[in-house]
Amino acid sequence: MQGLFSHWRATRTYFCYTIGNRRFFICDLTFLLRSLWTFSRRPSNVPPMIRYSLKRLLSLILSLAVASLVIFFVIEIAPGDPASFMLGINAQPDTVAALRIELGLDQSKFARYADWVGGMVQGDFGTSYTYRTPVAGMISDRLWVSLPLALYALILSTLIAFPAGIYAASRRGKTGDMAVMGATQLGVAVPNFWFAMMLVLIFAINLRWFNAGGFAGWDKGLLAGLHSLTLPAISLALPQAAILARVMRSALLDILGEDFMRTARAKGLSRRQALWRHGLRNAMIPVLTIIGLQFSFLLAGAIIIEQVFYLPGLGRLVFQAISARDLIVVESVVMLLVFAVITVNFLVDLAYAAVDPRLRNRT
Amino acid sequence: MSLLDIQNLSITIAGIPILQHVSLSVAPGEIVAVTGESGSGKSMTALAVMQLLPEVAEASGTISLGGSNLLEQSEAQMCALRGASIGMVFQEPMTALNPVQTIGDQVMETILIHKAMPKPEARQHAIDMLTRVGLPEDRFPLSRFPHELSGGQRQRVVIAMAIALRPKLLIADEPTTALDVTTQAQILTLLKDLVQDYGMGLLMITHDLAVVADLADKIVVMRRGKIIEAAPTQELLSNMQQPYTRMLFAASNHQVTLPPTPTSKPLLQVKDAVRDYALPRSSLFAAPGRYRAVNKVSFTLNQGERLGLVGESGCGKSTLTRAILGLEPLQGGEILLAGQPVTPNQGAELRRKMQVVFQDPFGSFNPRHRVDRLITEPFYLLNDPPTGSARQELIAETLIAVGLSAADGRKYIHQFSGGQRQRIAIARALITRPELILFDEAVSALDVSVRAQILDLLVELCEAYSLTYLFISHDLNVVRTITDKVLVMKGGEIVEQGPTEAVFSDPQHPYTRTLLAAAPKLPDLSRKSVVA
Repeated sequence: MQGLFSHWRATRTYFCYTIGNRRFFICDLTFLLRSLWTFSRRPSNVPPMIRYSLKRLLSLILSLAVASLVIFFVIEIAPGDPASFMLGINAQPDTVAALRIELGLDQSKFARYADWVGGMVQGDFGTSYTYRTPVAGMISDRLWVSLPLALYALILSTLIAFPAGIYAASRRGKTGDMAVMGATQLGVAVPNFWFAMMLVLIFAINLRWFNAGGFAGWDKGLLAGLHSLTLPAISLALPQAAILARVMRSALLDILGEDFMRTARAKGLSRRQALWRHGLRNAMIPVLTIIGLQFSFLLAGAIIIEQVFYLPGLGRLVFQAISARDLIVVESVVMLLVFAVITVNFLVDLAYAAVDPRLRNRT
Repeated sequence: MSLLDIQNLSITIAGIPILQHVSLSVAPGEIVAVTGESGSGKSMTALAVMQLLPEVAEASGTISLGGSNLLEQSEAQMCALRGASIGMVFQEPMTALNPVQTIGDQVMETILIHKAMPKPEARQHAIDMLTRVGLPEDRFPLSRFPHELSGGQRQRVVIAMAIALRPKLLIADEPTTALDVTTQAQILTLLKDLVQDYGMGLLMITHDLAVVADLADKIVVMRRGKIIEAAPTQELLSNMQQPYTRMLFAASNHQVTLPPTPTSKPLLQVKDAVRDYALPRSSLFAAPGRYRAVNKVSFTLNQGERLGLVGESGCGKSTLTRAILGLEPLQGGEILLAGQPVTPNQGAELRRKMQVVFQDPFGSFNPRHRVDRLITEPFYLLNDPPTGSARQELIAETLIAVGLSAADGRKYIHQFSGGQRQRIAIARALITRPELILFDEAVSALDVSVRAQILDLLVELCEAYSLTYLFISHDLNVVRTITDKVLVMKGGEIVEQGPTEAVFSDPQHPYTRTLLAAAPKLPDLSRKSVVA
């Protein structure tokens, strides 16, 4: 690995060149991809887990590159001029022309794409047309709400779903199982904004334990921030927990019927020991898949909950940006979400391999 | 003083008797074989000793191990006994191990769960045990995962787990059924040695009399939940009391007489067939490596001839079969059926000349279709398939030809037994009167008596329709009686071929000799009875 990095540093100084006003390291990308590829294919002396991770990293970078191309060119081939679209039908021609120059629409497509991607790599997402502030700052403010909220909800949902799913599976067909399954049925069926409103009614209006909405900000301390995110996180987590508990239960039930569970019992493990030592890890693959999907959803799909609790999150930003036809913001947030989804998938892939050694030798 | 003493054991599940008044005993150092066909209750007997019966099962009688009645032990007491005093080895080594744990951890778990020794010693003990079962640490480190081992090696790990704490009693439930003949012979030798070294009692469950004929001290024959005959091995084999035992014995060595082959016109010609699988590239620009599964295989199958193909798992049998069926392309050579080349994009014209019967009689049918629809599926290959009454007559005729009745056409596949399902599979292969039928391990999953019936059926069909078939099997006894010529395959190549009887009685290639020596044999009764 040491050699790899020094070689990389040595080469990159020679091959950087300038497109538009940005220095662009073409060689960085190609060299990185090639090294990852050869390294990940080298059969000997690289542990399978490392080789697998490198392969997944390679596919992560390629997915991001393809995603950025698609997003850029979909907006590019959409009929009409972005500048006149953003300004609406009553705009003056000279205002449109000024915006075209501001947006860089007078340059070539390749230069604009390189500019956009190069900017994003360096943290520059452009300037919002509506708010006249850097998009990067707007997004990072919102991320500080949405990301903790998504994580909080995900942790809650896992904390509820795992015990519920394991309990139901171990008591299959008995009263406990039926009670849990009935509750999850309800959790899947009831929309989360209804939970949100009920939580506000009970805990904010009647009991006055929480505020009905708004976000305190992290500068008032971690606890204050978490406190204002608790009700939204619970209302986001409940339906997800219901789904996850059902997945957990059925995955465990599948595993309980496997031959190796009988082998474990024949060794002298009790039913419970066999479930914990041999069942749980084998049941994790479907559970991890669902957790990955849920995180992506929680990050971007919380628009309604953000509205109910009046939280300044990403969902509301996208909503406002679309209403204001602020293409730059929309484009950046979409790219960010794609980045988040692909990264989460990458992490889920790594988790798969950590759980199941058979997957480490596959591409 | 016997180690395990089962008296009057009866088990019912939902009011249905599964075992009735079963009594047997195992002494230390003794090997007792329980044999019988599927559904005879032999596995239930084993699970009853382990107290791992389904929760709804109700047991009565006594199972005493070293003086204490296992049926009266609490679950916690049973957990302390399982693994420590009773070890168990299961049938399916591919699934009996936890796929996400290393073999070392799994062997150590037996030791640690019973708190027999601290972890470092348990580790050393696990190494010793794996070495004892033939998996030395330098070649099979504890960090190996089950998927990195072959079936036989996995079964050794399962045995190491079962004997790690030197249990007084070892139960082996069909331990070699899923293994190749050579591997089977090695595992049986290992079990026998372990019994001798450790003085364990071994309760061995098997459907194959030949496997236990020269291994067991005592044989117990079960049928429909009852013990019908039990005696020391030699005594039982030389003086069978029950007709059922005699039938089992005869069936597992069932011989048929094939009708003579009519012509010698070549039907299937395989010339220098090569099948490669691509391996992953070693670097971005390197050509991908290749694994040669079938290497320059040549043979000819004449019209009306019955050809056998034998070899161990991984020898290329299945790959060759898929190539002959035209499911996969060849990388060299050619396969001709009636003079036309077989390729994956061959037309229906050629495809209708071949049909195949697979091993798993249940898995190869769609459970939601009725039998008449299932067996008429090959009609898709015909230009003008029979309709109306002609179709009904053909269905009835084919079902009757395979020993079923015309009324069975309206039933679903789950309403039939394993043997009947295999008859239906043969009916499906037969209905379009193909020129060539491939039997891929078609009788391997069947009970001996059912297998004998299916072999008889094949002979009848040969007489009636002068079938040409390729019979792929790892069971040498079956191949010997049901084929005229045989191919022996090893490592993707055919190492020996010739008339079946000549190859079996005078094998030329060392590998063929190894295979034949490893195959379990039933003692020759005619000679024994003279001695007795």
